[in-house]
Amino acid sequence: MQIYLPIAEVSVNLLFLLSLGGMVGILSGMFGVGGGFILTPLLFFIGIPPSVAVATGANQIMASSVSGVLAHLRRKTVDIRMGVVLQIGGLIGAGVGIFVFNFLKSLGQVDLLITLSYVIFLGIVGGLMFFESVRALRRAGQPGAKPSRRRQRDWVHSWPIKRKFRTSGLYISVIPPILVGLVVGVMSAIMGVGGGFILVPAMIYVLGMPTKVVVGTSLFQIILVTAFTTLLHAITNHTVDMVLAVILLVGGVVGAQIGTSIGLHLKAEQLRVLLALLVLLVCFKLGLDMVIPPVDLFSIAAAKGEG
Amino acid sequence: MRLIVLALGLVLTVACPALAQRVVADLSQSRVSITASFSGSQILVFGAIKPEVGSVIKETYPVTDPLSVIVTVSGPLEPVKVRKKSRVAGIWVNSESVEIDSAPTLYKIAASSPLTDILSETEDLRHRISIPKAIRSVGEAGEVEDLSAFTEALVRIRMANGLYESTGYSVRLSEQALFRADIDLPSNIVEGEYTTRIFLTRNQQVVAEYARVLDVRKVGLERWIYNLAQEQALLYGLLSLAIAVASGWTASALFRWARG
Repeated sequence: MQIYLPIAEVSVNLLFLLSLGGMVGILSGMFGVGGGFILTPLLFFIGIPPSVAVATGANQIMASSVSGVLAHLRRKTVDIRMGVVLQIGGLIGAGVGIFVFNFLKSLGQVDLLITLSYVIFLGIVGGLMFFESVRALRRAGQPGAKPSRRRQRDWVHSWPIKRKFRTSGLYISVIPPILVGLVVGVMSAIMGVGGGFILVPAMIYVLGMPTKVVVGTSLFQIILVTAFTTLLHAITNHTVDMVLAVILLVGGVVGAQIGTSIGLHLKAEQLRVLLALLVLLVCFKLGLDMVIPPVDLFSIAAAKGEG
Repeated sequence: MRLIVLALGLVLTVACPALAQRVVADLSQSRVSITASFSGSQILVFGAIKPEVGSVIKETYPVTDPLSVIVTVSGPLEPVKVRKKSRVAGIWVNSESVEIDSAPTLYKIAASSPLTDILSETEDLRHRISIPKAIRSVGEAGEVEDLSAFTEALVRIRMANGLYESTGYSVRLSEQALFRADIDLPSNIVEGEYTTRIFLTRNQQVVAEYARVLDVRKVGLERWIYNLAQEQALLYGLLSLAIAVASGWTASALFRWARG
């Protein structure tokens, strides 16, 4: 069944979009990542203009995140206080990031540098996470083994302005979460992706938060970011396609619920292994795109809008 | 030189009233409405070739060369940017780009014979009939080596998307008097004023032309959403957010209810 999208000005298949939204929603609910990395390229692929795909994708991701957060809230696996602190850092970071981006742009060949550093970064994070979680899984398999405590807590503990983050079971300084938020904010502004992939590992390994709380908190953080992005795109570029968003989010909100319950039935280590694999997959895909000769060397972009 | 040819042509047409022709044509619909379920449309262009009033009809005197008909449908003209990837340090990146000043969003040509057989290069240039001629690119001189490669790429990509098309033998011309052509509009068209042009050619020269405007418009819900997004951007953005929050909440509530 085809449907014509008023802003994107293309006709698309309804069922395909519903299942695409559902798939992204499941990932979102399970891992606390936005899923824009899958959604946006697939939307390009079916002929939706890039600017519309990015703006509308943000709206869809926001909906699945709301759905996912509500499911997590019921299970008390959202650390709102931590989310807010991260958000403060994130906002500062986004501001800095846009500044850095413009500076890099003035140097030229910025695309290459960004993609390359993103691939390397994802590769390292994914790889480390994979080995850590596989080791943890193995250890958990041995009878009588103690659950491992992560080292990073030590230095995090010694910083000033300590606060209690009850849901995460942490009593740490607010400076590390703000720094994490800041770094993620800078990166997402430069790379144009929501920071789920960076934020989730950072919360687990740097802040030492429990894996289950991390997913909910990440989703909480994503809601605010994507709400802001959606609004910004709607006002400045008029590129949010409401019809496309509604179709995608119907699948997305349902998927997020399913994803959340899958996530809660998995062990923390299993969840981390899967997330690590996902990160590596994204890294691999991005790397492959850069190396494989493109099918067509030429591509068309609208001259108006995103210059 | 060109002026002389032009003047000569003019004199010839005036001097031989028997050759003067006129096109009378219509479209099966003067507007195309884009609704939510729009999945492309087909328009029928039909018409008749009539001798100009006052010219002598010489039916039994078939010395004149046969007439040919070319029908073009052009979407609104828009500037586009064509990017080219190239390999930098083993990695494919967008390196060069060319801004093409104006290219139709859709361009379809139907003709009673292959275009090159019935239209001379000069006439094509003057009336901008064939696809490459319909695209206008002044081009930034010196910026890229091969401007035509970018224009060709644009045509190739749009042809693959079904937006550009040129077919011979797709106008049915009967008795040198009546003609009809079916033009397919794909589902990925944008709204705007489309121009339908009909050219009558003889000896590769355009002897008559006719133009009609085809209005392609979004209607109903499509229209409403589009207008809201353009005119009430803030409200539209907030509405999008509200829909997202509401649906997220609904899904959550439904699942909780389903689990009991």
